[in-house]
Amino acid sequence: MPDCAALQSMTPTSRSSTIVSMSKTLYERIWEAHSILEGEDGQTLLHVGRHIAHDGSYHAFEFLRQRGLRVRRPDQMFATPDHGVSSSSHELAAITDPEQRRVVELLEKNTQEYGIVHFALNDSRQGIVHVVGPEQGITQPGLLMACGDSHTSTHGALGALAFGMGASDILHVMATQAIWQRRSKTMRIAVEGILPLGVTAKDVILAIIAKIGANGAVGHVIEFTGSTIRSMSIEERLTVCNMAIEAGARAGMVSPDDTTYRYLNGRPFAPKGAQWDKALAYWHTLPSDADAVYDTEVALDAAVLSPMVTWGNSPEDALPIDGKVPDPAAETNIERRAYLLRTLDYMGLTPGMPLSGLVVDQVFIGSCANARIEDLRAAAVVARRGRAVVPTLVVPGSTQVKLAAEAEGLDRVFREAGFLWAESSCSMCVGMNGDLVGAGKRCASTSNRNFVGRQGKGSRTHLMSPAMAAAAALTGHITDVRK
Amino acid sequence: MEPFNTLTGIAAPLDRPNVDTDQLMPARYMRKPREGGFQTFLFRDLRFDDSGNEIPDFVLNQEPYRQARILVADRNFGGGSSREQAAWSLSDFGIRCVVAADFGDIFYLNALKCGLLPVRLSIDICLILRRQLHAHPGFKMTVDLPQQRVQAPDGQYYSFSIDPFHKRRLLEGLDDIGFTLTHETAMSAFEQGYRQRFDWLFDYER
Repeated sequence: MPDCAALQSMTPTSRSSTIVSMSKTLYERIWEAHSILEGEDGQTLLHVGRHIAHDGSYHAFEFLRQRGLRVRRPDQMFATPDHGVSSSSHELAAITDPEQRRVVELLEKNTQEYGIVHFALNDSRQGIVHVVGPEQGITQPGLLMACGDSHTSTHGALGALAFGMGASDILHVMATQAIWQRRSKTMRIAVEGILPLGVTAKDVILAIIAKIGANGAVGHVIEFTGSTIRSMSIEERLTVCNMAIEAGARAGMVSPDDTTYRYLNGRPFAPKGAQWDKALAYWHTLPSDADAVYDTEVALDAAVLSPMVTWGNSPEDALPIDGKVPDPAAETNIERRAYLLRTLDYMGLTPGMPLSGLVVDQVFIGSCANARIEDLRAAAVVARRGRAVVPTLVVPGSTQVKLAAEAEGLDRVFREAGFLWAESSCSMCVGMNGDLVGAGKRCASTSNRNFVGRQGKGSRTHLMSPAMAAAAALTGHITDVRK
Repeated sequence: MEPFNTLTGIAAPLDRPNVDTDQLMPARYMRKPREGGFQTFLFRDLRFDDSGNEIPDFVLNQEPYRQARILVADRNFGGGSSREQAAWSLSDFGIRCVVAADFGDIFYLNALKCGLLPVRLSIDICLILRRQLHAHPGFKMTVDLPQQRVQAPDGQYYSFSIDPFHKRRLLEGLDDIGFTLTHETAMSAFEQGYRQRFDWLFDYER
């Protein structure tokens, strides 16, 4: 994988986990608070504090019914449709694909049957599950959370331990409100220093993935620490934790602090009055101890980072904006060379060409990585400077984000810049609602995956921050937003 | 789910790293019903062109790999989305074992749930196996779960590790729910304590 010259060397210490210590990590504390019992095979049965669901949950509901089971703890489950939702209107009829419409309807029916809290299409609390959970205060420090979506790692930004899982494990959670797991290794990623102007949380996480690889954190739960993370807002931390999964981690998390508590205070599902005080006292006991031991240590110097852009088909294929497309001929490993050749062919790139100046066909600003109000504000700052020269779609991460943006007049800024202002959904990140990037088309995208075919068959995705995507919209090519 | 014990079958070499779940099973087929099977969606865009014709270069479109039961891949297999449909598409096609240097965490767990054995061997051993398979097309490799080893075309055995919990589930062909519910007493007692300790989680307005 490409090494960024700007990055410090990795320090895999692989310390022994057997060191006797009273100090603990946030991960260990949440694990212990949710541990029901240890099985004879060394696996732990963990209680799931909260389970959040979206329109993809119908398989699990169906399996539940086939087996004559019921949702065990419906009051610990919350749902909202996102993947198949139309970005042009939240009328059910606007979902033109009958299969997508059916599963959005099934979510309504299934949640009604069990009395599960459901933010339906026309509810002002609807949105992408990973935007809605934190925004509504459903996500809280110390919670063990589950969701049938890989980007569930997002919720760790508030100090929760949150796992994405497949339909069979979601079925298990529905039926038992629990999950079997073996304790993961822990990885501390310490990000220190002040981010240069124009460098964002998205650039930090892309730089981390470029450094450790798309499988760099397999078998680990990541805790992000350091002065850079501490000075980030919750929304920035959500962006960082969102892409922990793209480094292969089982979860990503940040120890809660005053920023976390201030963010949660007053949110609809956050505790109130005397219960707030009780919860807060508990949350204060959660952060990792300064001398806690981690299995793997990684360090990153924030002060030398640049805006990052991906060139390939894995999020690890990220380079600073002044970087150049790698040359397969310079690669000695034949497997790696074959990967480069295939990837450059798919992406329509030639070796050595600068990323800056690469012409794009369209721009997408949205997804659970980057569609919160701060992301839209950052994009709007750039949008004010000109007009889009390529089709640009802005999809707020939730209906609340949309309303907040409209109250601030951001929708007007985007419209005046020629951007398309849409209804909240997962939209062009995964293309299940019909918002697609055409075959061979190049898209500057704030989403989290640049896989082959991710945004549509033959789509060519370049991941970047909201400000960088907005700059690409105005110039029609990948542009260093600092210039 | 079908128990997994010892499997002998044709092994196909897949010479590419980072085979994510979007490649295994594109998102546009995710809403298909389980009953119909997902085998036709496996590697859809690598196996078929826009007109639905087979792409002859792709390994699973070649004889004898249409009958492959084992896939030998590279690093970072099954990363990305949590869609269990990716594992279903492999097992519905007839593949019951994937060998790779490492797996996407969620894919690994999903595979186990549908009786598909993910075998982790080093990146060098994966390369050796793929080279030998290219040299002996159609070779029937043996994957022995009880002994936790794979036999390469040259006769060499390679041991792999697997969590004893997962091994037992695969050998018995059982899923976890029935087993978990045998702990009902402990679960109920825990839940009662959890509700008292974290009472604010249960006192909300809808």
